[in-house]
Amino acid sequence: MTIKHHLTDALLMGYSSGSLPEAFNLIVAAHLSLCDECRAHLASFDAVGGEVLEGTSATPVSDSCLDGAMALIRGATPVEPAPVRPRDKTLPAPVLDYVGGSLDNVKWRSAGMGVKQAILPTSPEASARLLYIPAGVAVPDHGHNGLELTLVLQGAFADEEGYFARGDIEVADEEVEHLPVADISEDCICLAVTDAPLRFKGLLPRLAQPFLKI
Amino acid sequence: MVALIRRIRDERDEDAFVALFNHYAPRVKAFLMRSGADSALAEECAQEVMATVWHKAHLFDPSRASVATWVFTIARNRKIDALRKQRRPEPEDLPWGPEAEPDQADVLEFQQESKKLGQAIASLPDKQRELIEKAYFGDLSHSEIAEQTGLPLGTIKSRIRLALDRLRHAMK
Repeated sequence: MTIKHHLTDALLMGYSSGSLPEAFNLIVAAHLSLCDECRAHLASFDAVGGEVLEGTSATPVSDSCLDGAMALIRGATPVEPAPVRPRDKTLPAPVLDYVGGSLDNVKWRSAGMGVKQAILPTSPEASARLLYIPAGVAVPDHGHNGLELTLVLQGAFADEEGYFARGDIEVADEEVEHLPVADISEDCICLAVTDAPLRFKGLLPRLAQPFLKI
Repeated sequence: MVALIRRIRDERDEDAFVALFNHYAPRVKAFLMRSGADSALAEECAQEVMATVWHKAHLFDPSRASVATWVFTIARNRKIDALRKQRRPEPEDLPWGPEAEPDQADVLEFQQESKKLGQAIASLPDKQRELIEKAYFGDLSHSEIAEQTGLPLGTIKSRIRLALDRLRHAMK
């Protein structure tokens, strides 16, 4: 598996500094699970964070702070080993954590033409959803307001920007008008994240793209 | 610093812990306060971060991270949890095997590389260095971060990449 489409520096730095919304953290973590190149790149941004911390002028802590820490490390409760995270050949572990541990547990809702989607429970500044696109089906253009990231987890799709297979992530800003078409060989499953806030009511439905409206 | 973590891991050495605490707890406190925590919350988090260092000392890999970097990632996760009340999705764990003890030469080289990175950041023009600090304290929006360039990350990244490849290879 050779990944051709990677995360941007800005997303990696945002993930490293902890300033991205939860939905973005999720898709970044999912891509990192599949891509050692970006994992190494992220680690170099973490190294910058380490140097920033090292160079921070220290703020003295109270005497009780060390006492409290000593109590914590001497505390009788041994740390429990981290639970073994479930594994799945399609969904990386961070995505599994949001769907109940298995692809079979995803609560798909039909979006028409065989396309299905499932919205994942993240904080509201950005939204994440899984998309299921039958082989060969074109997803009508669903213009978005802000940044939209799409990570392929199964199958592949092609659009004006290129060909995206498992592990590839498309980073599209609002200028990109794309019409993704799932590859004919296999049904396509993607994780898609957008920073446009969820709109459940109050606005007129946008007739041009009723399709993936959430 | 790496030696202190080893003493914690191998001997549960409390003196080593106190030395690490005295160096990092005040920095972690400052980091959290600059990110918006009040003094009491920042101390509470600093305490927990340092306790995590103690409990997870066996997971620290000095061929892929400096102690400062490791403490930073723990503090950052604590910040997201305590200040933003959010989950932090983490990548799938790397396969970890019996050959977890890294080669001493790799450790040395990596730690030197980290030092060089620190020096390179320190010698950046004030304005750029302040922007980077702001990014890590959470004071920059995504589009402001997008304009960040010129960080000298090539060498340290390729070194980490090699360490990852070795780890993957060891698992096969």
